Amino acid sequence: MNTVEQDNSLIREISAEKYRYGFTTDVHTEIIDRGLTEDTVRLISERKGEPEWMLDFRLKAYRHWLTMEMPRWAHLDIPDIDYQSISYYADPTVKKEGPRNLDEIDPQVMKTFDKLGIPLEERLALSGGVAVDAVMDSVSVKTTFKKTLAEKGIIFCSMGEAVRNHPDLVRRYLGSVVNYRDNFFAALNSAVFSDGSFVYIPKGVRCPMELSTYFRINAAGTGQFERTLIVADDDSYVSYLEGCTAPMRDENQLHAAIVEIVVMDRAEVKYSTVQNWYPGDENGKGGVYNFVTKRGLVKGVDAKLSWTQVETGSAITWKYPSCVLQGDGSQGEFYSVALTNNWQQADTGTKMIHLGRNTRSTVISKGISAGHSQNSYRGLIKVGEHADGARNYSQCDSLLLGSDCGAHTFPYMDVKNETAIVEHEATTSKISEDQLFYCNQRGIPMEQAIGLIVNGYAKEVLNKLPMEFAVEAQRLLSVSLENTVG
Amino acid sequence: MNPTQNYIELFRDNRTLVEHGSAGVMNSMRDAALKGLELYGLPHKGLEEYLHTDVSAWFEPDWGMNLARLEMPVDLAQAFKCSVPNLSTQLYFLANDIFASSDTAAKNQLPEGVIAGSLKEAAAQHPELVSQFYGKLADMEKPGIAAVNTLFAQDGFLLYVPDGVVLEKPLQLITLLSSKVDLMVNRRILVILGRASQAKLLLCDHALVANRYLTTQVAEVFAGEGSTFQLYDLEETHYANRRISELYVNQDADSNVEIDYVTLHNGQTRNTVLSTLSGRGARLSLNGIATIDKEQHVDNMTFVDHRQSDCISNELFKYVLDDSASGAFAGKVLVRHGAQHTESRQTNRNICLTRQARMFTQPQLEIYADDVKCSHGATVGQLDEKAMFYMRQRGIPESEARMMLMQAFVGEVIGRVSLEPLRDRLNRLVEKRFRGELTQCEGCRACR
Repeated sequence: MNTVEQDNSLIREISAEKYRYGFTTDVHTEIIDRGLTEDTVRLISERKGEPEWMLDFRLKAYRHWLTMEMPRWAHLDIPDIDYQSISYYADPTVKKEGPRNLDEIDPQVMKTFDKLGIPLEERLALSGGVAVDAVMDSVSVKTTFKKTLAEKGIIFCSMGEAVRNHPDLVRRYLGSVVNYRDNFFAALNSAVFSDGSFVYIPKGVRCPMELSTYFRINAAGTGQFERTLIVADDDSYVSYLEGCTAPMRDENQLHAAIVEIVVMDRAEVKYSTVQNWYPGDENGKGGVYNFVTKRGLVKGVDAKLSWTQVETGSAITWKYPSCVLQGDGSQGEFYSVALTNNWQQADTGTKMIHLGRNTRSTVISKGISAGHSQNSYRGLIKVGEHADGARNYSQCDSLLLGSDCGAHTFPYMDVKNETAIVEHEATTSKISEDQLFYCNQRGIPMEQAIGLIVNGYAKEVLNKLPMEFAVEAQRLLSVSLENTVG
Repeated sequence: MNPTQNYIELFRDNRTLVEHGSAGVMNSMRDAALKGLELYGLPHKGLEEYLHTDVSAWFEPDWGMNLARLEMPVDLAQAFKCSVPNLSTQLYFLANDIFASSDTAAKNQLPEGVIAGSLKEAAAQHPELVSQFYGKLADMEKPGIAAVNTLFAQDGFLLYVPDGVVLEKPLQLITLLSSKVDLMVNRRILVILGRASQAKLLLCDHALVANRYLTTQVAEVFAGEGSTFQLYDLEETHYANRRISELYVNQDADSNVEIDYVTLHNGQTRNTVLSTLSGRGARLSLNGIATIDKEQHVDNMTFVDHRQSDCISNELFKYVLDDSASGAFAGKVLVRHGAQHTESRQTNRNICLTRQARMFTQPQLEIYADDVKCSHGATVGQLDEKAMFYMRQRGIPESEARMMLMQAFVGEVIGRVSLEPLRDRLNRLVEKRFRGELTQCEGCRACR
């Protein structure tokens, strides 16, 4: 090996360390032709063996999508996306020959998830356990602990399975929170969505373990359009985690998902995300475009929905997990850490729609920008006419690392009820010189000191994450900040 | 035909008349204004900046316009006696949009070199000075009122203070709206401050006759290096009044500008302030009060552009909304790349007194520099119940307690007004306003 090659391999190693999930898996994947027409929608529906009503739902959405234009209001510079150059369905579970066996997973796929630290063998899971629905490209490859959960009456399966086995529930709730007309990406997703997870927690059941879905984009030239639906019936509780990664590629990949959550009387749902899609390289090449619609309908009395997100990945993030607080005394929470580095762009925040009486919401958002990135918080607090005693507190802090990045806040407040109390506070500043100096003085190098301070700054949000995720999130924040010291 | 087209046609048909009643410098901008209006049109509700005020409806009626410059038969000094105690000002009058030369104005004593008076006359007498500044800040390449105002404005007010001159006495420009027909008024204000000069300008809007008015006001302020300027804009009009204003400020290094917007009585108001801190060390204090009830509406939009380092901007807007009143506030702070050591604070606090009152607030920060201290805060709520309880416990009647709390609430903004006699008067006016005694402006005899 000559020196140039050695150097190159070294660089490759280092850059691979920065995004350690950037590998690809060589697995036989069946990918449908690129392009999006009505036939594509029919083909996806056929592949998934869906009933007639599901196809109708997709076609309606597709026809509506044709009439829409991509939203341009966000503080993002989104290059034109050619929707005809993407393949909308990729199935890594199809065998080259022989009949398809659901219980048998390609060892390559198993290995991939092992490498990602997501054990698909139940015996390997930590004690107490996390039930995992593993989704690669367009298909759910395995859902663990289904039996244990079924004993309590909990349904946890892939969306495709739910359409087949629980059509009544899916029909009742699918699209009830995010209508296919909601926005451009919601319409696109409703037309071509593939697997995501379906969760139903029956009345009075407290889910004994964390449920989690791990999304992995593997195939090139595809997008991922998953759909998740969580229904928590009266007096139930569930904590749900979502993680995602993608290989390092020079092309941009599209991810347009929908998450719908329905929370009934006195139920509580905790939804946590660690979003770590490939963010592109240091020159802004490649990376995932993450356009996601997440919304929860907090329908019941005294119900509660809590969103926690750690956003470190994606070239472009466009994401506003929201709560519609319909039930009297219902609560919504949003805790977010969004970190952008290099040329990443993020426009993220939340919507809290207060409709019921004595509804409460809390928004804590921490933005961290480094490199040449742009990081925006955008939020809406809306208090309806009948939302007596509504209470909101929002706090958005931004931290700037370096003089070429940007941090922006766009909060909207719309109050129609005089008994409401709505508060918003935002601050933007750079990392404290005093704190850095203190760390340096005690022998902590600059890079570690920044990591330490940023983690402290984000602690308020990280504390809301389940333990396994919190550790991962802390590590992610430090890694994403590597080489920000200049 | 849409309203934009109507105004374009109106101008084309009456161009000679408009230009005849104005001055060369002002006329020279009309082609650009026409182009701007054709391209961008009038503001309308579809725009993000006008989301909460349906200004498009304002332009729809067939307003009368005094293009032929007919004199208004009102004796200004008789009609108006400003009752600010201990505040002695140099008085100037605008009758609708015509500068009224009165005896009072002629008696005003100004230091040498200072020009204060009719914009039209100043433009005719000092074209080289006015053409250097007129229309240089007002942005006609966007949907706003700068284009339509520049197209029709025939007169207004000019203040020019040469380098190093200090005007001790505040200037007061009183606009009296009076007409027998529903009237559209397009007035223009130009303020030019030389290096290290100082001035204070108080703008008062009053309506004499209860006809319907639509006022467009475009003001341009050039604050030279090290200059100090205070602008107070007080609106006391009535329910049938529509006012849409744009204020453009350019601040050179180390200049110090204070702007206070007070809306005590109005119909529908939309104020836009666009301030550019283009020199190092410039300071801006931008404040606003709105005390409104019935169907009134106030929409203040501010945009502070930090272009250079070491600048400070401080914003505080407070609204008290009663009955079915609605308020909107949108404030944007932009810190450009390289504008290090910027300090920017923005606060908007609002009280809704009834169920029908409605508030919309939207603070925004856009920051491209890292060594900055920026914050914004916004709240919407009611009077503090604990404080109410405390006062009632001590025998203060409920209505009185409410009054005191509201007074204290807006008192924070009034406290920032640096002109002391005006501060006292504002305190009194606000109190009267809350007591429901101030249904019409008290200074105008015609109102009584």
